[in-house]
Amino acid sequence: MIKRFLIARETLLLGVILLLIALVASRFPGFVSAGNLVNVFNDTAPLIILALGQMVVIVTRCIDLSVAGNLALTGMAVAMLNSVAPGLPIPIILTISILLGAGMGLMNGLLVWKLEIPPIVVTLGTMTIFRGIIFLISDGKWVNAHEMSASFTGFPRAETMGLPVMSWIAIGVSLMFLLLITRTSLGRAFFAVGGNPHAAVYTGINVGKTQCAAFVISGALAGLVGYLWVARYAVAYVDIAGGFELEVVAACVIGGISIAGGLGSVGGAVLGALFLGVVKNALPVVHISPFWQLAISGAAIVIAVTFNARSNRSSGRVILKPARSNS
Amino acid sequence: MNLIKQMLPALAVAATLLTGAVQAADMRIAVVVKALGIGFFEAAAKGAEEAASELGDVEIIYTGPTDTTAEGQIEVINALIAQRVDAIAISANDTDALVPALKKAMARGITVISWDSGVAAEGRQMHLNPSSNPLIGNMIVKLAADHLPEGGDVAVLSASSTATNQNIWIDEMNKVVGNYQGINVVATVYGDDLADKSYREANGLMQTYPNLKAIIAPTTVGIVAAAQAVADAGKIGQINVTGLALPSEMAGHIASGASKSFAIWNPIDLGYSATMLAYNLAKGNAVAAPGAKISMGRMGSLTLDEKTEGAMADPFVYDASNIDAFKTIF
Repeated sequence: MIKRFLIARETLLLGVILLLIALVASRFPGFVSAGNLVNVFNDTAPLIILALGQMVVIVTRCIDLSVAGNLALTGMAVAMLNSVAPGLPIPIILTISILLGAGMGLMNGLLVWKLEIPPIVVTLGTMTIFRGIIFLISDGKWVNAHEMSASFTGFPRAETMGLPVMSWIAIGVSLMFLLLITRTSLGRAFFAVGGNPHAAVYTGINVGKTQCAAFVISGALAGLVGYLWVARYAVAYVDIAGGFELEVVAACVIGGISIAGGLGSVGGAVLGALFLGVVKNALPVVHISPFWQLAISGAAIVIAVTFNARSNRSSGRVILKPARSNS
Repeated sequence: MNLIKQMLPALAVAATLLTGAVQAADMRIAVVVKALGIGFFEAAAKGAEEAASELGDVEIIYTGPTDTTAEGQIEVINALIAQRVDAIAISANDTDALVPALKKAMARGITVISWDSGVAAEGRQMHLNPSSNPLIGNMIVKLAADHLPEGGDVAVLSASSTATNQNIWIDEMNKVVGNYQGINVVATVYGDDLADKSYREANGLMQTYPNLKAIIAPTTVGIVAAAQAVADAGKIGQINVTGLALPSEMAGHIASGASKSFAIWNPIDLGYSATMLAYNLAKGNAVAAPGAKISMGRMGSLTLDEKTEGAMADPFVYDASNIDAFKTIF
C-alpha cells in the first residue's frame, strides 16, 4: 500500500520533469537533443550522488550540512596530492577520496552518536571546520588546470558506451543504493530508526550507530564527488561548491524524502536531483533575467515541499468529537 | 674621564654625519607589501629592483609583515621611520588604520605613496592604481576583438549580477564596443563566481548562440570554468575565452588553446612604476598635486586626478609567449 503510494509520487515527479523539459523545448528546441540531455544528466550526476547520501541521513532523522565542505576539502586534498605526485593512478585517487570523505563523515557520525549533539549543529560546525582546513592546507591558493595531470582531469569525462564516466558512476551509485535500501538489514534499519526510534531500540537496532553509518555513507559519497568535481572543472579553491549542501537537501525534499525521517526512496532522491538539474540547465538557455532565476529555483522547492506536505498529511483519528449545540 | 665625557657627543655627531653622508649618496626607498612570501609582491619587488638599477643611486628596502595585518604594517612603518628612509611605497592592508603611522612618516619628511591597495588620502601623497575602469573595460573587448579581425558575436560571463566592479567594467566595455568593427555583444550572463554555475552558463551561451566567437569573463572563476566548458564541448579554436585572470590559473587553458590571451596587471611594472614615482617625488622632481604629471620611466608618465590618484596603464596581456614566465609568479 505504502509502496504503491511512493511509486505514484515518483511517477508524478517524473511527469513534472518531462513537462518541464517539454516546456523548455518549446522555447529552445536544442534542449531535447540527445547530446544535450546527456550533458544535463552528466551535469546533475554529482547532485544525484550527494542526494542519495543525504537521503539515508535524512531518513534516520538527521541532516548533513557538511557535504559541500567535505566535497571541497577532499577535492582540494586530492588535487594537491595530484600536483605533487602526478603519477598516482586514478583507482588510488578514488580510494583516497572515498576514505577521506568517509573519515569526515565518521567524525560527524561519532559526534551525533557518542556525544548526542543535534546533527544540524554538528554538521553546521564541521561544514565551517572543513572549509577552514582547506584554507590551512592550501594557504588560500588555487590548484590550477596546468598543475593537474591529464589522467586526473580526464577520468570523469572519458566517454564509455555513450556516457561520460561521471554519469556511469551516478548510475552505479543509484543501483547500489537500491540494493542497500531494499535488500540489506542496514537499509531497513535506516527506515526503522527514522520511522520510530523507540520501537527500533526494542527490535535491537542501535539508533546512534545506524545514524553514524548513514553519516559515513554520506561522507564517503561527498569525498567521491570531491574528486569528480575538482577533475571536472579542472580547478580547486577554497570556495568550490559553496552553498551546494542546500541544493542537496532541496533535491531530497523535492524527491519526497521527509525531513521528519523514516520516509523516502532512491527513485525520489534521483528524480529530485534531476528536477533541479533540469531547472539549472534550462534557465541559461531560456533567457530569464538572472534576478528571476533564484526566485524560480526557490519557488520550485516551495511548491514541491507544499505538495509533499499535503500528501504526507495523515488524516488522523478524531478522538474528541466537536460539541454539538443542543438546545 | 672628563675628556671622554666631552668627546662622546662629538663622536656621536661624527657618526651621524658619516651615516648621513652614506644616505645622501644612496636614496633609500622602502617597498612595503601586504605580506612577505606572496608571488605577486615578490614580482613587484623585482620591478622595484629594476627601477633602482636604472636610476643608479637608489637602494630598495623590500619589506612587509609576515601576515596580511594592518598591525604588522604599522610596526614595519615605525621601524622604517626609525631608519630614516627617504620614501615609503606601500600596498596597504587597511585603508584607514595605517594613516596615523604614515602621517608621522610624512611629518619626518619621508615621501609616502600607496600603490595597488590604497591608503586614505590624508595618509599618503598619492596613490598608484594598476589600471582604471575605462582602461579595463576597453581591454576586455580589445582582447576578444584582436582575434576576430572580421568581427563576430561575443558574450560576457560575469560574476554575480550585483558585483560592483564587474558591472562597472562591463558598462565601460559597452561604451567603447562601437570602436571595434563588427564586434557584437549578444548577451551578459552571470556565473556567480561558482565553477559549476559558470560552466553551465558558458554551455548555455554556446547552445543559444551557435555563431559565438568569444566569451569575455572579467572574473577568475568564470574565465577558468568557461575555458573548461569550451574545451569539453570540443570548441577549442572556434570559441576564444578571454578576460581577466591570473597567469597561474590560466596556464593550462592557454596551453590547451581554449584561451588565446587574457589580461591582468603586471606586478613587475607596478613595482617599477611605484619606485619611479617615489623617487621623483622624494627628489623633488615633481609635486604630488591634482593634475600633476609624474614620470614613471619606461612606463611613461602618470597624471594625478583630483583625489591624487593615477592609473598606471592598460592591463598587461598574457598569452602563449609569456605565460610560462609568469605562471610561477602569481
